Amino acid sequence: MTSQVSSPAGKSDEASEAVVGEQRAPHIDRTGATEKEIRRLDRVIIRFAGDSGDGMQLTGDRFTSETASFGNDLSTLPNFPAEIRAPAGTLPGVSSFQLHFADHDILTPGDAPNVLVAMNPAALKANIADVPRGADIIVNTDEFTKRPMAKVGYAESPLEDGSLDAYNVHPVPLTTLTIEALKEFGLSRKEAERSKNMFALGLLSWMYNRPTEGTETFLRSKFARKPEIAEANVAAFRAGWNFGETTEDFAVSYEVAPASQAFPTGTYRNISGNLALSYGLIAAGRLADLPVYLGSYPITPASDILHELSKHKNFGVRTFQAEDEIAGIGAALGAAFGGSLGVTTTSGPGVALKSETIGLAVSLELPLLIIDIQRGGPSTGLPTKTEQADLLQAMYGRNGEAPVPIVAPRTPADCFDAALDAARIALTYRTPVFLLSDGYLANGSEPWRIPEIDSLPDLRTQFATGPNHELADGTEVFWPYKRDPETLARPWAVPGTPGLEHRIGGIEKQDGTGNISYDPANHDFMVRTRQAKVDGIQVPDVEVDDPAGATTLVLGWGSTYGPITAAVRRLRAAGETIAQAHLRHLNPFPRNLGEVLRRYDKVVVPEMNLGQLALLLRAEYLVDARSYNQVNGMPFKAEQLATALKEAIDA
Amino acid sequence: MPDANELLQLVPKAEGKQSMKDFKSDQEVRWCPGCGDYAVLAAVQGFMPELGLAKENITFVSGIGCSSRFPYYMNTYGMHSIHGRAPSIATGLATSRRDLSVWVVTGDGDALSIGGNHLIHALRRNVNLKILLFNNRIYGLTKGQYSPTSEVGKITKSTPMGSLDAPFNPVSLALGAEASFVARTVDSDRKHLTSVLRAAADHPGTALVEIYQNCNIFNDGAFEVLKDKERAEEAVIRLEHGRPILFGADNSKGVVRDAITGDLSVVAVTEENQSQVLVHDAHNPSPTTAFALSRLADADTLHHTPIGVLRSVERPVYDALMSDQLDAAIEQHGKGDLSTLLAGSDTWTVVG
Repeated sequence: MTSQVSSPAGKSDEASEAVVGEQRAPHIDRTGATEKEIRRLDRVIIRFAGDSGDGMQLTGDRFTSETASFGNDLSTLPNFPAEIRAPAGTLPGVSSFQLHFADHDILTPGDAPNVLVAMNPAALKANIADVPRGADIIVNTDEFTKRPMAKVGYAESPLEDGSLDAYNVHPVPLTTLTIEALKEFGLSRKEAERSKNMFALGLLSWMYNRPTEGTETFLRSKFARKPEIAEANVAAFRAGWNFGETTEDFAVSYEVAPASQAFPTGTYRNISGNLALSYGLIAAGRLADLPVYLGSYPITPASDILHELSKHKNFGVRTFQAEDEIAGIGAALGAAFGGSLGVTTTSGPGVALKSETIGLAVSLELPLLIIDIQRGGPSTGLPTKTEQADLLQAMYGRNGEAPVPIVAPRTPADCFDAALDAARIALTYRTPVFLLSDGYLANGSEPWRIPEIDSLPDLRTQFATGPNHELADGTEVFWPYKRDPETLARPWAVPGTPGLEHRIGGIEKQDGTGNISYDPANHDFMVRTRQAKVDGIQVPDVEVDDPAGATTLVLGWGSTYGPITAAVRRLRAAGETIAQAHLRHLNPFPRNLGEVLRRYDKVVVPEMNLGQLALLLRAEYLVDARSYNQVNGMPFKAEQLATALKEAIDA
Repeated sequence: MPDANELLQLVPKAEGKQSMKDFKSDQEVRWCPGCGDYAVLAAVQGFMPELGLAKENITFVSGIGCSSRFPYYMNTYGMHSIHGRAPSIATGLATSRRDLSVWVVTGDGDALSIGGNHLIHALRRNVNLKILLFNNRIYGLTKGQYSPTSEVGKITKSTPMGSLDAPFNPVSLALGAEASFVARTVDSDRKHLTSVLRAAADHPGTALVEIYQNCNIFNDGAFEVLKDKERAEEAVIRLEHGRPILFGADNSKGVVRDAITGDLSVVAVTEENQSQVLVHDAHNPSPTTAFALSRLADADTLHHTPIGVLRSVERPVYDALMSDQLDAAIEQHGKGDLSTLLAGSDTWTVVG
């Protein structure tokens, strides 16, 4: 997911689903009689699926790390239930992890897996509909016994009734093989069984020629306190690899070459959205030369940012797990008053609780970052699934006229830059700022080019140090609401500064002095001034990718960037012309947005909500923006979007 | 664990001598004429110079309600925030700026109704905050509804047939919330009020001071029994650390512990029972006796209301602990290096 919007001509990538996983340049290695055939692929989509307790997320994470260190481009989609342990073996308990990796740049976790690893009947049943015919399915046959099958409504074994004839099924007794491999470790059957995910990982690692040292090192460090468990897992992992190498069922292994052409030179790592966002916040503190103060209350899918920041106290980062969402933002605002870079992290339901304090921050005109990792709503909704339906809440979810700037990252790694940008706006304009990420970005991962520290923006800001106003009689005084004429920001005078003692509050303030004022004309002026300040925030123009002079524009925001761009590539590869633009700044909109929208006959806005950006565009620019919406808790699929966009072009 | 003095010394001292005038802001005070808040404001402004702290390092944070206008009248830093949330905002300020003396001004509705959750958690954490809870047992700013400290059966605009809910006893509540310092005083007794404020200011950690405050518009005379000289003798129990708990005319009454139930009761002091009169120990690590003292008062008549410092014990202060963790992290891992952090341990290089 490192590319520009335009795809170089001739690049196949996600241009057509038909070529997925097909061999690009068949390479049959027959150097030795015992050597197996190795085929070269340009990209592969693997989905690991099992019970919530089977360790599928860990397995996916490890395969991702191996793949990243090998140098492929990649994109991931973890998908798990909200229940920590739903009843074992049931459909609601199925947890999966999809990984797309390639020898070139890719944009999404992929529409349909080429390989499904199903650890039990529930995992097979829950995922089979997504698997295209001809794909490989590796099943753990040990679990395909009467009871587990009955639990999910299989009267007959799908492995025997012919229903999987269209697929390339590899029946593997994963549990038995794992227990057999670990028999010398003296573990109980139950303990040994738990390593079956590592057996599966070993098998897949062999199939796709993944490096293995990283996983072995990881296991030894994860179980450092239980060396026998560490070694058992390593043994299961190796047994899985050896199984692939020796058994005849797996005749072929595959190679996906590093994506060296797709990446600019530099040092890379794999990073998830929440980790990139956490690092962005720490970096923002450093670049602004301000201590970071996070006030937060645990909520899915934002808690990982609280966990991550809590680990970095040696950066002077203070993390405060508050008694509730309101106290989380309250503490962050209190710290901001004291001169910290105040941050609160949450998801939609938490934003609802924080609304009143966000309004206070608007009125106090203090810098504050509100990080909303959006999830399915309303109410508790779908805590572990993704959605973009908090845009209007961020935009308008407060009493009174309370404008708040909004920034949205487009990919997991972009969460880093978005955090810096949000901090820039907050500090420059002395305002709360919303950062709208979502569950898909938060948990998904991709390669990230590690930035040079020198290349990062300077976010330093000035505290007020002395009087800023002269009264008619010549007295020098400090006016907390006397603004910078350019940015309309007010001075940030932190407690401890002699001579600048002042009081601020949620009651309307007199322009300049900041004293309580109920004067009607003053209120009208202050409301308009706060709006003008936000409207005047400098944001870059939106860039349009339109190589062929299209008449249809597809415009997105946030995490739909990957799927929209993949869909656009498909259409262009099929000879269609379509323009694409993507918004990072939702408030204020880029200055050129109205002009861009009016340039096109048709504007299509795909969103994971019921048309919230489209509503704003229609209201702001009087353009006939057409929505294409999905609210099923999952990101768009490129194929589906391409079809919808094609219909729009042809309409 | 730094001791109390060390904590308080983090706040810089004033350079010159301060007077009450230094702490008065230029804003016109707009409480109703006769409101008890005036007395508390005067006491606080009058007592602040005693602390000798740089006034730019003093911050008053309030919520919403009549008393929450307080910060506007103090010539220090101040924030008039939103209803009930002052403790959380003050927590962020105090835990990020240990060089500040942070005061919270709140009322019975603000602290015990809409903001009840923040109050108990601030007390439990023992953040370095001084919380002045103005209790007038009524909602003043919204014009006279009953509050969570109003007596049962209170007739107000929202309860024409009488309120139904049992009131909170703020001192009992604070003790139950693990408060390390709990005191009660009365707006009209300047000397007592000042002595309690002084003790609160000297306390490292959260200090809760309940101030009985008269609302002469909506609940006039609510504490008259504690103020009227004659009746107060019987109603008020003045607690002093290390002194026997005696009150009434000529200290004729005292508080004793029932040998069987362990509960406290008020008795007429005689020569026989004189030796059994409880000696007040505000520093007792156990809050049990302080709690029992807080229950002596009759919620309706306010008879046997203890005032003074009920509890003052030292325990770890949240902001100090938080700060210690930051120091320990630097000691263990060195000062954070951004490029090392961003690179992590699993990287690969692409060369052109």
